[in-house]
Amino acid sequence: MSKKVIATASLAGCFGCHMSILDIDERIIDLVELVEFNKSPVDDIKKFTKRVDVGIIEGGCCNSENVENLKYFRENCDILISLGECAIMGGLPALRNGIPIKECLDEAYLDGPTVRLNTEKIIPNDPELPMILDRVYPCHEVVKIDYYLPGCPPRADLIWDALVALLTGSEMDLPYEVIKFD
Amino acid sequence: MSNTIKFKIDGKEIVAEYGKTVIEAARENGVYIPTLCNFAGVPAKGGCRMCTIKINNRFMTSCTTPAAAGMEIENDTPEINALRKSIIELLFVSGNHFCPSCEKSGNCELQALAYRYQMMVPKYPYSFPVKEVDASSPKIIKDQNRCVLCQRCMKTIKTESGERYFAFSKRGADLEVIMDPELAEKMTDEIAQLAMDNCPVGSIIKKEIGFAEPIGTRKYDKEVIGTDIEG
Repeated sequence: MSKKVIATASLAGCFGCHMSILDIDERIIDLVELVEFNKSPVDDIKKFTKRVDVGIIEGGCCNSENVENLKYFRENCDILISLGECAIMGGLPALRNGIPIKECLDEAYLDGPTVRLNTEKIIPNDPELPMILDRVYPCHEVVKIDYYLPGCPPRADLIWDALVALLTGSEMDLPYEVIKFD
Repeated sequence: MSNTIKFKIDGKEIVAEYGKTVIEAARENGVYIPTLCNFAGVPAKGGCRMCTIKINNRFMTSCTTPAAAGMEIENDTPEINALRKSIIELLFVSGNHFCPSCEKSGNCELQALAYRYQMMVPKYPYSFPVKEVDASSPKIIKDQNRCVLCQRCMKTIKTESGERYFAFSKRGADLEVIMDPELAEKMTDEIAQLAMDNCPVGSIIKKEIGFAEPIGTRKYDKEVIGTDIEG
């Protein structure tokens, strides 16, 4: 049987969910038997080189690059999973959702107590920079998401069980301890 | 006339004292019906609708319905549990419930209910409403982002002479529970702790102490809400 193909991305996240993937410990050896990684920060493949079975998304969408990347994943993955609170509901980056974007940028680059070196009072405006969105969007408000694994980060056991169930087509067992929002 | 009545919940015979509500009778007989607004010392008001059950095939709130002999009640059924899950999801999207950054996480009843009914993501869109955080009291923070308007603080947190620390303000979609500024100024540590404990969510947080009990060791981290009743 050919190995299933997995891809991962961290959008507006902190890489904690990726750390939690690594937290499956020695089972990572079993995982390597089951899957091969395509586009992912784990192997630093930048562009999809083949059709992917399971895409795993950490983080919500806070800028135009996140949206582009998420759409790129949706086009290239058969199954897409929102991994963690930020992908599911915006998470901590979405704490800014009630604050007008100008106020956020002014605080970050002009008026904040730690702003010292920005003597020319410039809010970064290089055209190379992704455009920041009006608010942070959960992934499923941008593309169709097939499965959700909550947690901050999701427990390693939840990630492992979900992946094994998906890859082998078996029923998923969800013990109480693994579904947590914190 | 006998002082006890008998009725059935999901086929189980319930024996209760005459005059009890369905939820009280259920609780005494080891049957869990979920609630948010129903709380010891608070007159039942049927506000949150979490305790919705079907009595003789009609939807009723179990906290406001007196138990009567011969009732045939459905409680733990896929249909009713799906309705309850919807209520939980609506509460999650109508406020700003950022569990990872909330001091109440693990001790929060709304979150515990979401765990019990296995909410992976709300099926409704998040509204991200703009809400205020009132940190004017020296003892507590009143965070409107997390308030579910259950009135438990309003009804249970009072001075010795019966004055309420919390009250409703505004109306309709803008309705919120606010602190009495004068009473909040003079609040004791004991009252602050009680207010935090009686709040089902993280809308009332005691100041100057946080994460004394680590995430992972809190009440609902291991224990499913309701198992204290179900045994």
